[in-house]
Amino acid sequence: MFEQQDPNQIQLNSEGQLKHFLTTEGLSRELLSEILDTADSFVDMSAQQVKKVPLLRGKTVVNLFFEASTRTASTFELAAKRLSADVLNLNISTSSTAKGETLRDTLMTMEAMHSDMFVVRHSDSGAQHYIAQNVTPDVAVINAGDGRHAHPTQAMLDMLTIRQHKGDFSPLKVAIVGDILHSRVARSQIHALRTLGAAEVRVIAPHTLLPRHIEALGVQVYTDMKQGLKDVDVVMMLRLQRERMLSALLPSEAEFYKLYGLSEDKLQHAHPDAIVMHPGPINRGVEIESAVADGPRSLILNQVTNGIAVRMAVMSMSMSGQTTEAARRAEQHASRTE
Amino acid sequence: MVSGVIKVDALLEKMTLELQNYLKARAIDNPMIIGIRTGGVWIAEALQESLELDSPMGVLDIAFYRDDFTRMGLHPKVQPSILPTATEGRHIILVDDVLMSGRTVRAAMNEIFDYGRPASITLAALIDLNRRELPVQADVVGEVMLLAPDERVKLTGPAPLSIEISKRAD
Repeated sequence: MFEQQDPNQIQLNSEGQLKHFLTTEGLSRELLSEILDTADSFVDMSAQQVKKVPLLRGKTVVNLFFEASTRTASTFELAAKRLSADVLNLNISTSSTAKGETLRDTLMTMEAMHSDMFVVRHSDSGAQHYIAQNVTPDVAVINAGDGRHAHPTQAMLDMLTIRQHKGDFSPLKVAIVGDILHSRVARSQIHALRTLGAAEVRVIAPHTLLPRHIEALGVQVYTDMKQGLKDVDVVMMLRLQRERMLSALLPSEAEFYKLYGLSEDKLQHAHPDAIVMHPGPINRGVEIESAVADGPRSLILNQVTNGIAVRMAVMSMSMSGQTTEAARRAEQHASRTE
Repeated sequence: MVSGVIKVDALLEKMTLELQNYLKARAIDNPMIIGIRTGGVWIAEALQESLELDSPMGVLDIAFYRDDFTRMGLHPKVQPSILPTATEGRHIILVDDVLMSGRTVRAAMNEIFDYGRPASITLAALIDLNRRELPVQADVVGEVMLLAPDERVKLTGPAPLSIEISKRAD
């Protein structure tokens, strides 16, 4: 774990604009809404014959993926390209022992190539904070998932999907189901939902997959699926991370599916208009039944489409925050030298 | 401090007449009006009504196409552009409230072309401040205004529409 300080000291500039996007925690409702509004504009852009805008023309975006990912990496790449940026994709397998040095060296190399933005996925919580604190001032850092800590763009694409289908957050009861313990997505979702004013946020999981003191985040905890899903408007499933199940946190996948897998039967307990979401990739028959994943309430593919729009919004807003910060620095420098 | 308020009704009548003649002379039938947010949309709505056009009106927000992004950053409130029908092969009347440097019109044309290749674009502006920085010329203008360096012009609306000329505070 890297040491962390107040994220907003790093991710906002002096005018309160987004400069890096590291976490949804602590960001204001206004700023989260601005991300969603900007993303909405990019969703509409798909109606254009040319699905590209010139915002990041001439900029270089480096996708630094220290941890494997197909979906997130490809949507970030497409988002950057639709903003007219040049994109460099680097998949770097990292050794856990030399990570501090390696990360710094990698950064310096990328900076020497005059990169303007790093999109980073890393298996260590807080790695992106460390990077944001150590990059040169004009480089924006976007968190594409760090350890168990945060996955803010995934959370915001989920928020966009909910807003498109439900409108106002204030009357909503939302359930997040599955492996809460290992999920950076769940943490980012909880912060975003609470800030955007959802009436009730529930987590549903077995005791072994619940972090201690999760209630402190302002959620209701359920270990029974039927009770937890009662009357909810939104069901957000999480992927059961099989690679993290080695420590015998669960008796078996079949047992998990029986108790916590989202089937048509269990979904009956939710509100009749409830929507179903999943960050993907789906383990069919483990955390979700195929009939539900492919059913009329499922918005899983909408989430993928919205992922591009949200990533475009976050990239253009953080580059904008960097730009205005740089202009302010130049102004200060000019006034000092006059 | 407001140093002058001009009613726009007479200017809109003049623009309507000139646009009718312009379209007739070029045999342009059923054009699509597109207004640039925010003031351009108000003028476009008025022209849409006075020209009695059937085709639904379009709205452009050029925030993603501005040429000052690397200096100014993204404008905080970006609203979606709405072009209700295809622009490909269409005759378009592009409308803005104030034509000054020509940069907004350039950005708007760049955006329009990302929706398709129009047959033609006619530019209509309520006010022309005659301070061009790019070679952009309006086809129909409500009024040319020559302002002093410390004067500013602003369209207020949507109802009633009026033009305010004010002295800059600094």
